[in-house]
Amino acid sequence: MTGQQDTTIINPNPDSSGKESTSSEKGASRSAILFTDTPLVRRKRLAENMAKGLFFLMTLLIVIPLILIVCYLFYKAFPVLSIDFLFTNPARGMRAGGIWAALLGTIYLVVISLLVSAPIGVLAAVYLNEYAGDNWLTRIINLAVVNLAGVPSIVHALFGVGAFVLFARMGRSILAASLTLAIMTLPVIIAATKEALGAVPMAFREACWNVGATRWQTIRRIVLPNSISGILTGIILQVSRAAGETAPIMFTGAVFYKAISEGDIFAYGLFDQCMALSMHLFTISTQVPNVPDAIPYGTAVVLLGTVLLVNLLSIALRVYLRLRKKW
Amino acid sequence: MGDWKEKIEISNLEVKYDQKEALKGISLAIYENEILAIIGPAQSGKTTLLKVINRTIEFVPGAKVKGTVKIDGENVREMKSVYELRRRIGMVFPLPVGLPLSIYDNVAFAPRAAGIRGRDQLDELVEKCLRQAALWDEVKDRLDSLGTRLSGGQQQRLTIARALSHQPEILCLDEFSIAVDPVTTMRIEDVLKELRSEITIILVTNLVQQARRLADRTAFLLNGKLVEIDSNEVIFSGSPANKVTYDYVRGTFG
Repeated sequence: MTGQQDTTIINPNPDSSGKESTSSEKGASRSAILFTDTPLVRRKRLAENMAKGLFFLMTLLIVIPLILIVCYLFYKAFPVLSIDFLFTNPARGMRAGGIWAALLGTIYLVVISLLVSAPIGVLAAVYLNEYAGDNWLTRIINLAVVNLAGVPSIVHALFGVGAFVLFARMGRSILAASLTLAIMTLPVIIAATKEALGAVPMAFREACWNVGATRWQTIRRIVLPNSISGILTGIILQVSRAAGETAPIMFTGAVFYKAISEGDIFAYGLFDQCMALSMHLFTISTQVPNVPDAIPYGTAVVLLGTVLLVNLLSIALRVYLRLRKKW
Repeated sequence: MGDWKEKIEISNLEVKYDQKEALKGISLAIYENEILAIIGPAQSGKTTLLKVINRTIEFVPGAKVKGTVKIDGENVREMKSVYELRRRIGMVFPLPVGLPLSIYDNVAFAPRAAGIRGRDQLDELVEKCLRQAALWDEVKDRLDSLGTRLSGGQQQRLTIARALSHQPEILCLDEFSIAVDPVTTMRIEDVLKELRSEITIILVTNLVQQARRLADRTAFLLNGKLVEIDSNEVIFSGSPANKVTYDYVRGTFG
């Protein structure tokens, strides 16, 4: 009898209620009764299953549109997709040819903007998180960072025109557009880096300080190595944002059409104007009549592909660094 | 005790965390090469006292310190290099913190931070410290594995090894034994007895018996005030100067 009770108690399977009820009939021991389904238990289980189902449905809802979009894009773009499409300039008023000038322009813009915003953002976040005390100045800076992250990109564009194109006399150029993108991505990089640094337990820092390590030694040997995966992920995710935005570059350096030498990755100079994938997509879908359907879709596929590639890289990097994470 | 040299001199020390007073004017002297036990219930300011000595109190937001702490006659707050100061003091806190580095690097961290680079010198130092912390035999074959993967008790001994790695003049242990089994505690206590000939040890402990076993003198703190400090013979004799001390030591406090 005791043995039988034990099995009912440790049996996690809720379907065994029949067996439990027989045992309670036989022995009518209190512990067995506790484990039969009461109406309350049944009601709760129903609620839990409903919640689970709802959450699963929501998850599906996110994934389905993504898959549909990707499939649809590939289907529509199929006629133009080829290596040549990547490496030739647009021709015949954008109605033929490829997207080389736009692809290279986007790469230039993203790389230069990250070269500016990543070091500044990471160093600023290290200062804010590791050195700065809690006073009114740092509080204002933190508030500014959070708010700057929420500023619409068109406002960044206007700032870019004022500050870089006009005031700094850069003119409409790759440099001005990249700097505008850098200003746009900076607050998010700072926020992500602070998040990653904050995830390193305080106890590690205290342990270092207690043995006489300076703040910098602590940051260099303990804090940064253990937060680098989060920092890099934050930075790389900004690539997709910088690549996808049209507004900030429209007034600061991106142009409707510019022919460059095909296949030459140094075809643009810092002070040249450039084409960009996002802007190209916008112009050929709205400004140019009679563009074959496949070309805008092809452009979209390349833009999406570039972003996904970078995201994949970030995932791979994250997995690699996770493996090396030590606590 | 007359010929003992004063190592640390604390006078009128007051510490406030925002509004809360943690230490309310404490004066005491700690002699060179003694083991001083500090006992007292929770919230009596024992840990705060240690943090003031190595100036890690400065990392606590809102902490205000009045009064002076002198080491070898020099005020700790006027020392040129706070890092130099912290290297003269080894700290062990109640919960072990293994840095996310290999066992070897955990112990070599402080010497490296102090600028010691030679591999031979480091090897020697690491072995010495791990031996002193009674950990060497258990880890000598896997010095490259992660310090954070050790068991709780081993990590605590690793913390002790790290506290010794910068060859401090003063070793502060804050309830080191709560994460360590009794047998290992005994081994570490033996180590402390040996170390006494070289360094000054401040032992904060909740275990009155540990204070009795190890210390030369014992200080009893209560609510941020020093109730009594005297040699162990007096404190544990059954006739300390203060009735409260007697009750606490006997376990009939309150």
